[in-house]
Amino acid sequence: MTSTSEARPARQSVGDWFRNQLSNIAPFLTLLFLVAFFSFASSSFMSFGNLQNILQQVSITAIIAVGLTFVILTAEIDLSVASVANATGIVVAFFTLQDASVNIANIPLAGGFAIILAIATCVALGGITAIGVTRIGIPSFIMTLAMLQICDGISAMLVRGQIAYAVPSLVGELGSGSIFGIPWLIIVAALALLIGHVVLTYTRFGRYVYMVGGNREAAEYSGVNVKLIIAAVLMISAFCSGLAGMLGVAYFGSAQQNEFGTYLLDAIAAVVVGGTSLFGGRGGIGNTIIGLFVLGVLNNGLDHINIDSFLKILIRGLILLAALIINIYAERLRVSRSASH
Amino acid sequence: MTDSAIRLKMSHISKSFGGVEALRGVDFTLRRGEIHALVGENGAGKSTLMKIIAGVHAGFEGEMLLDGKPVHFHSARDALKHGIGMVHQELSVVPQLTVAENVYLGVQPITRLGAVDWAAMNKGAREQLQKLGLDLDPRMILGDLPIGIQQLVELSRVLFSGASIIILDEPTSALSPPEIERLFRSLRSLRDQGNSIIFISHFLEDVLAIADQITIFRNGRKVVAAPVTPEIDKAWIIQRMIGKGHEELESSYLGDITLTSPKGARTVMEAQGLSKAGAFRDVSLTVKGGEILGIYGFMGCGQIELARALFGKLRCDAGLLKLDGAPHKLSNTARAAKAGIAYVPESRRSMLFHHEPIYKNTSIAILERLSRLWLKPDAERKIARQHIESLSIKTPGTEALLGNLSGGNQQKVGVAKWLTYLPKVLILSEPTRGMDVGAKEDVVKIVRNLRDQGVGIIIFSTEPETVLSLADRIMVMRKGTVSQEFADETISKDRLLAAA
Repeated sequence: MTSTSEARPARQSVGDWFRNQLSNIAPFLTLLFLVAFFSFASSSFMSFGNLQNILQQVSITAIIAVGLTFVILTAEIDLSVASVANATGIVVAFFTLQDASVNIANIPLAGGFAIILAIATCVALGGITAIGVTRIGIPSFIMTLAMLQICDGISAMLVRGQIAYAVPSLVGELGSGSIFGIPWLIIVAALALLIGHVVLTYTRFGRYVYMVGGNREAAEYSGVNVKLIIAAVLMISAFCSGLAGMLGVAYFGSAQQNEFGTYLLDAIAAVVVGGTSLFGGRGGIGNTIIGLFVLGVLNNGLDHINIDSFLKILIRGLILLAALIINIYAERLRVSRSASH
Repeated sequence: MTDSAIRLKMSHISKSFGGVEALRGVDFTLRRGEIHALVGENGAGKSTLMKIIAGVHAGFEGEMLLDGKPVHFHSARDALKHGIGMVHQELSVVPQLTVAENVYLGVQPITRLGAVDWAAMNKGAREQLQKLGLDLDPRMILGDLPIGIQQLVELSRVLFSGASIIILDEPTSALSPPEIERLFRSLRSLRDQGNSIIFISHFLEDVLAIADQITIFRNGRKVVAAPVTPEIDKAWIIQRMIGKGHEELESSYLGDITLTSPKGARTVMEAQGLSKAGAFRDVSLTVKGGEILGIYGFMGCGQIELARALFGKLRCDAGLLKLDGAPHKLSNTARAAKAGIAYVPESRRSMLFHHEPIYKNTSIAILERLSRLWLKPDAERKIARQHIESLSIKTPGTEALLGNLSGGNQQKVGVAKWLTYLPKVLILSEPTRGMDVGAKEDVVKIVRNLRDQGVGIIIFSTEPETVLSLADRIMVMRKGTVSQEFADETISKDRLLAAA
């Protein structure tokens, strides 16, 4: 059987490889640059103690970002992560016996039940988002925006402007305790990242996540249940957010409204700065880890150098913008190259 | 020799797209006050020539004279300024806007204060549409109206734009007979006012009913231009369109082909009364194991939608589908794939993952049977290697990105992904479109081989050669319904075209 159609041999030159990997390399170079800069600019930045600080500071974001990586890989978005975290944290405190001074009409239950109820809550919230997106057909951007507001409402109704402090002992230990000098929070975050990576890389479900993000239509034409995959990633995201919310309450030492305010942008930034494409199908937990470090080093490093603290907020924004611009160009270079085939 | 009645004279027009010659030295003459039909098969060059006249294709070789003066348009707007308007085959209405807004798209009347003059617009739109026999409220949202009416609204935009040369590409494809009659009445009255109309159509009855003059194209060349006289009939046109008795054509497909259905095979798929609003109505079909059913029809006759519906990509409004005699719900593609239906869509972009390696492309549809939880990349690569070998896919290896393969080889990967475990029914939509001869032949071999292994195969195509060369039984679709079925008989291309 002879074919007259021309076969184009795949020329994999070094330049091609570099362009292909640019969206992975660029965030790593950004990280190296930031580490080098802060080591040079501050004498206190480069130390083991500070490394542990950085890790601890990004742990909550990391747990949220694991779920968000799944969602963004399918080319969807979840804007409700921080609010789901907040609501779940408040739910776990709501079902825990609080100090007499706390003025909340809460319902104390045995520790285990509070945790189960909190997990059930975040999974249910994710389920509602999933139904809205896949069954009703609301774009995830809008659906999760509504869910953000709903979760904020749940948080507000439960604490009514008050602050709760106590959480179940297991949650308290994982959020603020440590073992052999290593905070449990870091270990949990590392485990979450590891599990996320294994699922995405080595399981059938993980393959479907990438394929749905890479070309949703082709996935559907290949008999992949696209709606089921999208529903699953939205629920995974809600679960991760809920876990982060519970540990966050323990880490902060209080459960109150709006205490996860900055985590939505941080988590999205970590995923995207790491090089995971907002258009889906490319990236992964490895990228997210780099993104988390970029964010962590940036936040932490700016505290070590002596500049106007108001200016820092602006600088942080500008550096994030620069990282995103580099990523978009790296992605565009790759796409334009393969589109020419 | 000058003829004052000649509006447009094109001489020696050639145009190629990336090395493929679409037009080779074509002449074309359009006179004042005539309706000039252009016919030819898909890819014969009709639309290309019209797009040159309408300024859509700016680059071409040859000479174009408008009223005796050489012209060369660089954009559709440019052509419109010279009084040339075109209605393209694809609807270009804005379904979210009202009827009146669509009629006046881009040329909305405004009041002295600069606001849109809704009263004038609604009144004008109503009057224009009444000329086409449409009496409807111009404030209605266009998208809520049937496709036929949308097409008439689009036609009215150009017909009454003041253009003196009007090009209509397949204007009747979505119209009902009374709508066609009203359109023809408007066209005749425009002609009698001295305008010239170019009418491209696959529907030869329509051509014979309306045209004064006919030009036939084949393979980028003009075959003949003649006035429409009573001696000219469908057979006369078809003969010249497909060049029966003429040189250099795909001779093998021109002869008669005998269709034979396999005897005693069991029915693997049976559809009864499938309907989808705006696409197809009351379609029933059966496919046997080891049989290739060809479904032929012109572009837009509903066959693409029918193919999607059979795979669960598009929900039917009514109808029943049975697989191996058991009812099957057409709810989603995952269910269809699980039940043993495989589908290769018309566009490679929508069935393959261009940024992923070949082995992930060949395994995606069968992952469920390959692994429960953990991926088995070695097994996937082994399967990919088998397909590369058995289908002669030209590639450096299983890790090569799909986007680096040529079109024909990509198409093979698209079929290969369903072949690891043989499906009950394989549906192929336009399996050979845009392929060169060699790649086409490879696809034909693959499909025949699958048929011989007992797979029930349905081929949807707008290319008669594809259907004729592959099918054991042929159904012809026309405007959303099955117009004719050919089984166990001798058929030729002209009979197939006449049925569509």
